[in-house]
Amino acid sequence: MRFKNVFNIIGPSMVGPSSSHTAGAARLGRAARQLLGVCPEHADIILYGSFAETYWGHGTDLALVGGLLDYSPDDPRLPDAAEEADQLGMTIQFDKGSGNYPHPNFVRIRLRQGEQTAELAGASIGGGNIEIHEMNGFDLKGSGQYPTLAVEHQDSKGVLADITRTLSESELNIGFMDVDRKSRSGEAMTIIELDSAPVQQVLDRIEQLPYVTRAVVINLD
Amino acid sequence: MQFRSLKDIIRLCEERSLTIAELMVEEQVKETGVSREEVIRQMTDYYHIMKEAVHKGITEDTVSRSGLTGGDARRVYNYLNNGETASGSDATRAMSYALAVSEVNASMGRIIATPTAGSCGIIPGVFVSTQERFGWSDELMVMGLFAAGAIGYVIANNSSISGAEGGCQAEVGSAIGMAAGAVVELRKGTPEQAMHAVGLALKNTLGLICDPVAGLVEIPCIVRNGLGAVNALAAADMALAGVRSAIPSDEVVDVMLQVGRSMPSEHRETARGGLAQTPTGRKITEELRRRRQNNGN
Repeated sequence: MRFKNVFNIIGPSMVGPSSSHTAGAARLGRAARQLLGVCPEHADIILYGSFAETYWGHGTDLALVGGLLDYSPDDPRLPDAAEEADQLGMTIQFDKGSGNYPHPNFVRIRLRQGEQTAELAGASIGGGNIEIHEMNGFDLKGSGQYPTLAVEHQDSKGVLADITRTLSESELNIGFMDVDRKSRSGEAMTIIELDSAPVQQVLDRIEQLPYVTRAVVINLD
Repeated sequence: MQFRSLKDIIRLCEERSLTIAELMVEEQVKETGVSREEVIRQMTDYYHIMKEAVHKGITEDTVSRSGLTGGDARRVYNYLNNGETASGSDATRAMSYALAVSEVNASMGRIIATPTAGSCGIIPGVFVSTQERFGWSDELMVMGLFAAGAIGYVIANNSSISGAEGGCQAEVGSAIGMAAGAVVELRKGTPEQAMHAVGLALKNTLGLICDPVAGLVEIPCIVRNGLGAVNALAAADMALAGVRSAIPSDEVVDVMLQVGRSMPSEHRETARGGLAQTPTGRKITEELRRRRQNNGN
């Protein structure tokens, strides 16, 4: 089921004019920013399909930038996001993508802050709902509807068991999860959609586990 | 959720002796683990935002960011208050309220996506006008939103609520079906009658393309919301009168997906076809582009 509950249908509360091109775009931008973990100094945003054709009319650009500033889709500052980003010294490059893309409203966002980078690709599937397709080069599917734990680690026996045990000890229930690796014993990434958001302490514990390199939470609510 | 189809909803309502709204609340609580009070509180907040948007749209001069649209809700509202309307005052009121919310949306004001922003006027237009007319409580209207949500949930998962995926039928069409079914329940019709209203309404919007001029959620979206509110009332009346959807409503939902998939991309929110590419549509697009370049952003 792509849409999981009644507030995916009645809702969200949002600043207009388009749930897929404004609210969904804001959430995709926000997911990318939270994957990076800090406010980016530079963003490359590549728009595909209907996003590329009509972004300026729907304020998709403003919404994406608002998301990079960690604004929610009903934040009244959304229409002024470009000025705010400018004042913070954020540089943003918008491009139209070519080649294949999996959904008519698709965007790829590459962020940089110093040495740190993040990349997220995803679709806005209607009604402000999103579908994450890729994170940092891994094929990972997420809905953004739940607090999402994203863990970068090495592909090794027991890593997932360690992570899920830590979550279980922290009384956190797993709704959905997805794993991808670049090669056997190579780099891997896992995303876990949880019923409630983990506190910083839980993230710290997961980052200290063997073979884990980084853990962040994407929480769009 | 325990239901995947409109038929499932009817069956569960009959088995558990529930209204569609009550079923939706129960299932929402089960699915999310959030308490009944909290779920109802959030929907109540949403209903208040809808009412605010109606009020704003008929009392303030809303002009869209592009400057292309605004003021039609007030035009219709004043016309309604000045005399005899062709469609009757109740339908005209629903229409002016629906236009109001869609105009607020186009001016980057706050709305509730029902199910999307492009179709955000229809449910508030129908709900707020019928509430005034029948003297219904906010509590009842909030339950009506859950009924609309249950219908939308089935449409969204079995078909689409995105204009980019399925054309305008997926947005305005879905909202009309949701509003029609909810009104049947608010008027004490059975779940079965409510689902016939959904099918009747959706049949009337099958094939409707998404062709916004310059890609903006303005032309023709705002007008389609106004007319959509009237269609929702009409479909509810048909169903309450005992008219049935000869093609079962779940089959209508399925065919909406097929029709949407076979639409060329020109007619799915890309602004590369339909009204967007008429001589006037192209002229408006060009003017906006020029203005945007002159502003340097």
